Amino acid sequence: MEIIIEFISSLLMMLLPSGERLFTAVSEATCQAFRDAEVRLPPDVVAAIRHAAENETSPIAREELGRILENISLAGRLGVPICQDTGVPVVYLTVPPTVPLTAALMDAVADGVRKATREIPLRPNVVSPLDRRNSGDNTGPGMPAIHIRAGERLEITVLPKGAGAENMSRLAMFLPTEHDRIPRFVAETMLVAGGRPCPPVVLGVGIGGTFDGVAALAKEALLEPVDHMDPFEQDLCDAVNALGIGPMGLGGKTTALAVKVKTASCHTASLPVAVNVQCWAARRATREVVW
Amino acid sequence: MTPVHLATPLSREVLDLRAGDQVTLSGTIYTARDEAHLRMMRDGIPFDPEGAAVYHCGPVISGSRILAAGPTTSARLNRLTGFLLDAGVRALIGKGGMGSGVVDQLKGRGVYLALTGGCAVLAASRMTLRGVYYEDLGMAEAIWIIEADHLPLVVGIDSRGGDLFGAVEREAKLQFDRRFTI
Repeated sequence: MEIIIEFISSLLMMLLPSGERLFTAVSEATCQAFRDAEVRLPPDVVAAIRHAAENETSPIAREELGRILENISLAGRLGVPICQDTGVPVVYLTVPPTVPLTAALMDAVADGVRKATREIPLRPNVVSPLDRRNSGDNTGPGMPAIHIRAGERLEITVLPKGAGAENMSRLAMFLPTEHDRIPRFVAETMLVAGGRPCPPVVLGVGIGGTFDGVAALAKEALLEPVDHMDPFEQDLCDAVNALGIGPMGLGGKTTALAVKVKTASCHTASLPVAVNVQCWAARRATREVVW
Repeated sequence: MTPVHLATPLSREVLDLRAGDQVTLSGTIYTARDEAHLRMMRDGIPFDPEGAAVYHCGPVISGSRILAAGPTTSARLNRLTGFLLDAGVRALIGKGGMGSGVVDQLKGRGVYLALTGGCAVLAASRMTLRGVYYEDLGMAEAIWIIEADHLPLVVGIDSRGGDLFGAVEREAKLQFDRRFTI
């Protein structure tokens, strides 16, 4: 019975005079997801910052984290973006079997980004790479960056990515025998970055896959909650925190709130590793599309 | 520790500050990022630079309201800063610190003040918009004229070469070498 209903509903979907209702719903959900992400941090991130503030002994580090917590609550109260770098739009789209994967679906996401830029508002950050012309609405060729995965429901997850931290990200193609160099590479990424990516950071680490795929893995790792680390992730996090860079690079115990790792199978002759640096404003939000 | 209160235009008083001091700053400040620095170098500084404070920031502005105005990464401006200090600018405000070249250029002239990165709403709550130069550069890159009211800052680099960020980086390098160098 359920299968028949599903079949009929998918048939009806296709028979709709246009995908207009779907378009509007996707655009609206995208805009809402950006509003959620830009204004309120996920509870696990706020808890991690609060925990860090309680743990710091340096007065400057405590002061910095105190200001961060004050800023988070002020943004929530006023309904405005946490940070003026509202990022570039990175979107993860989960598409169920009932929704056809069309160019119109991608256009609807872009429409939601434009709406979010006008209404929240977001800072227009998207420019063409060489002549630096700003599109004014946070879209352009390849923007929003949309990643598609198959699923049961039509869901939109957004990860607005600020440039200060993104610019400090790194990728290496290690030899297959060099897996013991991964902790060094991760710690070195923060050593080079110092205070520039707005620590305390979250590090998304991709291991395996291909040259392009490992960067995507590192970014996807940033979608994971930061309230749990496995022993490998904890070791990497400890190595980073041993550097003492601290909040904003002014010294302290917390350089990273968490390190999250995602892996994929790779060529027997390769070991790709990528580190995607995320500032303390680890923004992400998910909305289901209902239409 | 009670923060030292400063007001623009800044005088030689900033030369007495030491890296690590907490300060608050009131008065007119000017935002400037990469594009604004390039244009000022080409066309001249559009405001009176004597005792001025330049803020590395690209805010979110809605009408005449500043919604979010946290600092951007100052190190991008390492090679674009000397002319401002030559012209009399006494304070650079930003996040993440600046290179050793700027540490030298600040000697006997001014300070680098760190504002907590990402604290855009907190910063905006202490700011009023007064005007704009170079609006054609876009919201992020224009020079916004802002009236600040007790901005909470920490002295990152002082006028005697004291550099909080540099000290932390040197210690981080030591820790890194201890752990990873065979």
